[in-house]
Amino acid sequence: MSQLALWRSDSARVLPGFGLSMGISVLFISLALLLPITGLFGQLAGLSLAEYWAIITEGRVVASYMVTIGAAAVAALVNAVFGLLLAWVLVRYEFPGKRLLDALMDLPFALPTAVAGITLATLYAGNGWMGSLLESLGFQVAYTWVGIALAMAFTSIPFVVRTVQPVLEDLPAEVDEAAMSLGATDGVAFRRVIMPHLWPALVTGTGLAFVRSLGEFGAIIFIAGNMPYETEITALMIFVKLQEYDYAGASAIASVVLFVSLALLLAINIWQGRFVRRLHGGKG
Amino acid sequence: MTRSTFFRTSLRRSLIATAVGATVAATAVSNTAMAQERELLNSSYDIARELFSAINPEFQAWWQEEHGEEIAISQSHGGSSAQARAIMQGLRADVVTFNQVTDVQVLADAGLVAEDWQDAFDNNASPYYSTTAFLVRKDNPKGIESWDDLAKEDVQIVFPNPKTSGNGRYTYLAAWGFAENEFDGDEEKIQDFMRTFLRNVAVFDTGGRGATTSFIERGIGDVLISFESEVNNIRSEYGSDDYEVIVPPVSILAEFPVAVVGENAERNGNSDLAQSYLEYLYREDTQRLLAGFNYRVHDETVVAEFADQFPDTELFEVEDVFGSWEEAMENHFEGGALLDQLQRR
Repeated sequence: MSQLALWRSDSARVLPGFGLSMGISVLFISLALLLPITGLFGQLAGLSLAEYWAIITEGRVVASYMVTIGAAAVAALVNAVFGLLLAWVLVRYEFPGKRLLDALMDLPFALPTAVAGITLATLYAGNGWMGSLLESLGFQVAYTWVGIALAMAFTSIPFVVRTVQPVLEDLPAEVDEAAMSLGATDGVAFRRVIMPHLWPALVTGTGLAFVRSLGEFGAIIFIAGNMPYETEITALMIFVKLQEYDYAGASAIASVVLFVSLALLLAINIWQGRFVRRLHGGKG
Repeated sequence: MTRSTFFRTSLRRSLIATAVGATVAATAVSNTAMAQERELLNSSYDIARELFSAINPEFQAWWQEEHGEEIAISQSHGGSSAQARAIMQGLRADVVTFNQVTDVQVLADAGLVAEDWQDAFDNNASPYYSTTAFLVRKDNPKGIESWDDLAKEDVQIVFPNPKTSGNGRYTYLAAWGFAENEFDGDEEKIQDFMRTFLRNVAVFDTGGRGATTSFIERGIGDVLISFESEVNNIRSEYGSDDYEVIVPPVSILAEFPVAVVGENAERNGNSDLAQSYLEYLYREDTQRLLAGFNYRVHDETVVAEFADQFPDTELFEVEDVFGSWEEAMENHFEGGALLDQLQRR
């Protein structure tokens, strides 16, 4: 809409001290984000293009991309479904313990990921509570890629819930009531009225959850089993390179993760911009 | 691990600085002279915590008696490769007591440790040693006695990933050394054996303690492979009735190298202290203490005293089978080398 124009014309008056606050922001971003990334590329400088290519396409590393991306995709999709459900329950219903459940949603952020990993491994190992039950049904979770996806889903669920929640809060229940009073069935009201408002937030949340899962190390390493070509994640490959004092190799693999994550985030942003514009009939 | 070590050390340093500051202030007030205590920092491997907590007070008392000086000793523990990295990045450790020759060599290559560090102390600068041994479950249900039993079809093994753990590298090299001997150097047969052996691994943890957790707490696998000292300590900690230690008839000699980080020790004014600290590890009393922690030692008297504790095994050195550590790393553990090839499916 006219947000851009507003920002340009009135910003000086609405936000006093723009110059200073912008300066501090840029400085902070440079120190906290850009400097470490520059350091990463500094490490890469010692590699020729052929060496770089050889490192990032080595069979075991490629296998780790597959495992990481596959498990992260599964985790993100599962979180998309259950995160939406959780956000819905938290916004639309009143029930005892709601505040507690709401607070619990942030637990994966608060808990050190290694603790999460050890807890999950204890629970889902063959002699753990869940693990023994599932194994009697023929499912093995710990030390398989399912365990990796589980750990990823655990650490990234807040991203979906916390991005969808505020949008749902802005969408009053009257909207779906109105749709149904105009003759829409439950399914149609959900698909045609509610979802169009939620899509951007849901996709952003799912995307963030996916990207977060790509880089997760602590929670996964304890439950993954780390079998070469089967349950090794890319973050472990980076760890292995560091262990071998191969900083350049570690940086090379890290740069792949970084590029994929950045590209994905950028794609989501562009898509979201287009989506919002379409939703508002091209006016925005 | 590096970061936490850093943090711990810097935290400790700042605490010490505060303490020193307070002391100085107190001195100024009470006007009593008080010498600043010297502090020695020993950077060591992960599982040596208990060992050096036992040795340090002994050394402090000895130094006090010999030189009339009170000193402080700080410890920093972590995977020994991570420790070496921390030192290269500025951790001001005076001495290193590692479980991997290569990790000291890295420091030597970086110029922080003297090039001839292996000649600076007896036995290749390794005051104690160990070998790789097995921990099996009660009554040894799978009848595991040696390395070839580990390549049988229904056996599941747990040991840390050779890619991330020195402990795991020793296990891999020990199995290879056994096969080399068993198959008379027939490369094809050795590789077949190693392939089966590696396929029997149930979980690859990143470090020794993680592997112990998988085997003990999670109940995974029939055999845990680790240092003889470690499996004995695990057994006494988790119940000597539930587990048995098997020392295979042939295994690898695992050295625990020590070195003075010359540059740091000099800058910290600790050169004499660092040298004595490491020499102290070779004294009879200390060797007895080490043997108590299930490490094998060189002191004749102590060796005789503890003869029952350490079964006779044929120990081969990395150099005997693989030429040198450098070659072993290059041919086996680097990206795309033998380990990667053997694990490819």
